[in-house]
Amino acid sequence: METESTQEITVTKSELMEVLSRKQPQLAYKDIELAVKTILEQMTQSLSTGDRIEIRGFGSFSLHYRPPRMGRNPKTGDPVPLSGKYVPHFKPGKELRERVNASVNPSVSDNEKG
Amino acid sequence: MALTKADMTERLFEELGLNKREAKDLVDTLFEEVRCALVRGTCVKLSGFGNFTLRDKSQRPGRNPKTGEEIPISARRVVTFRPGQKLKARVEAYAGTSEQPQEPIQEQPRTSTDSE
Repeated sequence: METESTQEITVTKSELMEVLSRKQPQLAYKDIELAVKTILEQMTQSLSTGDRIEIRGFGSFSLHYRPPRMGRNPKTGDPVPLSGKYVPHFKPGKELRERVNASVNPSVSDNEKG
Repeated sequence: MALTKADMTERLFEELGLNKREAKDLVDTLFEEVRCALVRGTCVKLSGFGNFTLRDKSQRPGRNPKTGEEIPISARRVVTFRPGQKLKARVEAYAGTSEQPQEPIQEQPRTSTDSE
């Protein structure tokens, strides 16, 4: 059993850019914007050529293979062959996993599997 | 080779002309801020790339795989990532979308070894 967290509080890319801008006020806002876009583009590029991404303390991104399968046209019900494909996968790193869990379960941080 | 923060720093230095210190700080702060948001219980949406959301899982029965001993897996909060349309489309275009997948991917991206 799991539930999607109820908070709809969300941080967006532009809010992150504002935080970055406050932390490095010497940089023009345009450069912060461009830097964040460049980082995300580089990450996308990396995954789309089959390379992993590894951010210590944060997590790693890799590709998972989805084998070919028979799908269905939802309108007609006709079977449609779908070819295999790769999908991006994120695995949270230890520090992220532990800190996120500790934020709701301060006592059970020792029950984490490694 | 896996992409790391050092590679991102290098790219900001080369392409945007940030100095190395600024570039490194920016990359560090970006991931630190995403992490802090998640720790605070806030989801993070990076349009075009994907959304990091939180799921609260209730306690469930588990087993020690070595000893077979039953131990409950405690309730916990976990981070999930849902790739955005643009990222999914660009990854799908990678080998394997076509009928016969070419060479299996170098570096075996399917095995998610925890490199922490």
